Amino acid sequence: MANYTENELAQDLENQEYKFGFTSNIEADTIPKGLNEDIIRLISSKKQEPEWLLEYRLKAFKIWTEMTEPEWAHVNYKKPDFQDIAYYSAPTQTKKYESWDDVDPEMKETMSKLGISLEEQKRLTGVAVDFVMDSVSVATSFKAKLKELGIIFCSFSEAVQEYPELVRENMGTVVPATDNFYAALNSAVFTDGSFCYIPKGVRCPMELSTYFRINQGGTGQFERTLVVADEGSYVSYLEGCTAPQRDENQLHAAVVELIAKDNAEIKYSTVQNWYPGDKNGKGGVFNFVTKRGICGTNSKISWTQVETGSAVTWKYPSCILKGDHSVGEFYSVAVTNNYQQADTGTKMIHLGKGTKSTIISKGISAGKSQNSYRGLVQIHKNAQNARNFSQCDSLLMTDECGAHTFPYIECKNSSAKIEHEATTSKIGEDQIFYCLQRGISEEKAIGLIVNGYCKEVLNQLPMEFAVEAQKLLTISLEGSVG
Amino acid sequence: MIKIKNLHASIDGKEILKGLNLTVNAGEVHAIMGPNGAGKSTLASVLAGREDYEVTEGSVDFDGEDLLEMETEERAREGLFLAFQYPVEIPGVSNINFLRTAINEIREHKGEDSISAKDFMALVREKSALVELDAKLASRSVNEGFSGGEKKRNEIFQMAMLDPKLSILDETDSGLDIDALRIVANGVNTLKSDKNASIVITHYQRLLDYIVPDFVHVLYDGKIVKSGPKELALELEEKGYDWIKEEMAAQ
Repeated sequence: MANYTENELAQDLENQEYKFGFTSNIEADTIPKGLNEDIIRLISSKKQEPEWLLEYRLKAFKIWTEMTEPEWAHVNYKKPDFQDIAYYSAPTQTKKYESWDDVDPEMKETMSKLGISLEEQKRLTGVAVDFVMDSVSVATSFKAKLKELGIIFCSFSEAVQEYPELVRENMGTVVPATDNFYAALNSAVFTDGSFCYIPKGVRCPMELSTYFRINQGGTGQFERTLVVADEGSYVSYLEGCTAPQRDENQLHAAVVELIAKDNAEIKYSTVQNWYPGDKNGKGGVFNFVTKRGICGTNSKISWTQVETGSAVTWKYPSCILKGDHSVGEFYSVAVTNNYQQADTGTKMIHLGKGTKSTIISKGISAGKSQNSYRGLVQIHKNAQNARNFSQCDSLLMTDECGAHTFPYIECKNSSAKIEHEATTSKIGEDQIFYCLQRGISEEKAIGLIVNGYCKEVLNQLPMEFAVEAQKLLTISLEGSVG
Repeated sequence: MIKIKNLHASIDGKEILKGLNLTVNAGEVHAIMGPNGAGKSTLASVLAGREDYEVTEGSVDFDGEDLLEMETEERAREGLFLAFQYPVEIPGVSNINFLRTAINEIREHKGEDSISAKDFMALVREKSALVELDAKLASRSVNEGFSGGEKKRNEIFQMAMLDPKLSILDETDSGLDIDALRIVANGVNTLKSDKNASIVITHYQRLLDYIVPDFVHVLYDGKIVKSGPKELALELEEKGYDWIKEEMAAQ
């Protein structure tokens, strides 16, 4: 009896639809599918870009055509047909809103479904939200307040128009177009994203937040984010995503570049919840992202990510510790369920003296999913007294899932200190039974156990984001113990 | 409170309980003793609803309801508490968070509102004092890095917090030194009332010096083979279990 109802419950949960799977019917301006120089010229002209940026795109496109898709990651998927993707999609209302009252009600509803009512966010949390629906930024709040401090926080397109020198000087310096296949593709066809500049010595008084969302069926999304923290400044940047349910795979290939100048600090947090595909592995977002930051002297870059979505994830937020005594951190929770595949980790490149890095990675595999950690710690020969600590833990929820760890260490300086710890454990039936015996439901029990396991990472997230992340973890793993 | 009739249960096809009968009324403390392998812990597991065990025959009435039809968590919410022989560690989950979740699930089940933070903390202070549990342990991860004695005291602390109708203490005395034993027993005795009841499972008579039972039962080969007043425990202590085995063999 008990077994029967339990299985039934598990089935109900498995058949449950993706909770954020809804589509917005907002008129969109989409260009024909396909990728060639003309399309790139069209994107560039639609965005009224300066000549140098068009040249940058065309050069990247040329590089991309000469590259082949990488195959070293521990993932298996049907390669996207790059000619079958529309590379530009923008809501047709081009007018910028003066106030929130002017915003399209349907767009507002979409935002409230996402749980990010902007009014509430503004009032309660002090978060300035740059909401990106598909490719064009439709709203930016708190701008005036940030402006007083000289902080620039706007869409990438706006930055290209308003601050072309800042963009030109920094764009592509951390992730060049030649870096990899998807970075090259992004450099050629990116449509929008976010730009952030913190002037010298300024401490950004609020968490900067961008919500990305893929909305138009069949449009790939190619975001570009550039964060520049000038000398002695500080910024905490949040990025979170959900996507509507889709049958066809959606390609997402973003590039994020962080530049922390001397004595600056950037904290970059992500909660990613894109449509992972259904329980049979059909559909879902392909997420091939290049994220990298570079540190000046005494500066610090900290990446925190909670990854629960996407059918295939390929993502390695990295730090180039160029300046002496700079610090790089990577805190990650990656959850895979059903047929999801994730190959994620980080690279810590120690160039400067006394540089330090910390890697805490928590993988959770459920269903028939495959979850891989791939990390590189590289100590160059001039990096005297460099230090690294890595901890990679894997938690298995079923007998059919997989957890893999691929740590690479390259050390060319004998004064370096490198530590690596790794554990693999299976979620205990004993733990679940213990919770049940105290009256806690299985769903809540899994939430408790998993959140406990991820605590070190979740603690790194800003408060309201941590709460959201905890809920996400629980939702992602409902009915997944086997 | 609980009426167990002709209970048969097996694990992996092997029958462990072979027609067990036991009735416990409100306000009573029953001790279950017996040699290793008699089925003592199986009884605790079956009553709590561990899925590894299959009940093949018999019935269990818990306060007028069919216990065997209830899910594990429902049994707990209806007031059945098991103090584990080997309490489980849950890294990263604080005792406080764990208990607050449990209390609120039980309250929700009863149609009550969630407990306020203030009332909850007052309850924590009151009940942790009862088992002399360091306030620091209350905010640490569930059983993680606890000593054997601390784990057992934590079980009684949880019992005090959840205020169950029926508590089953599974070998709570094992691995306890005499001070810890006294503290645990004191906790159990303080919580005793005419509205609740306990089943104390133990291998040794020692615990019964501190928790005085109303009845003592001997469990052997999956059945209760002898019942008596508290003096029976002393007799068992003195003579061991062999005479019971012999008696059974003679029958």
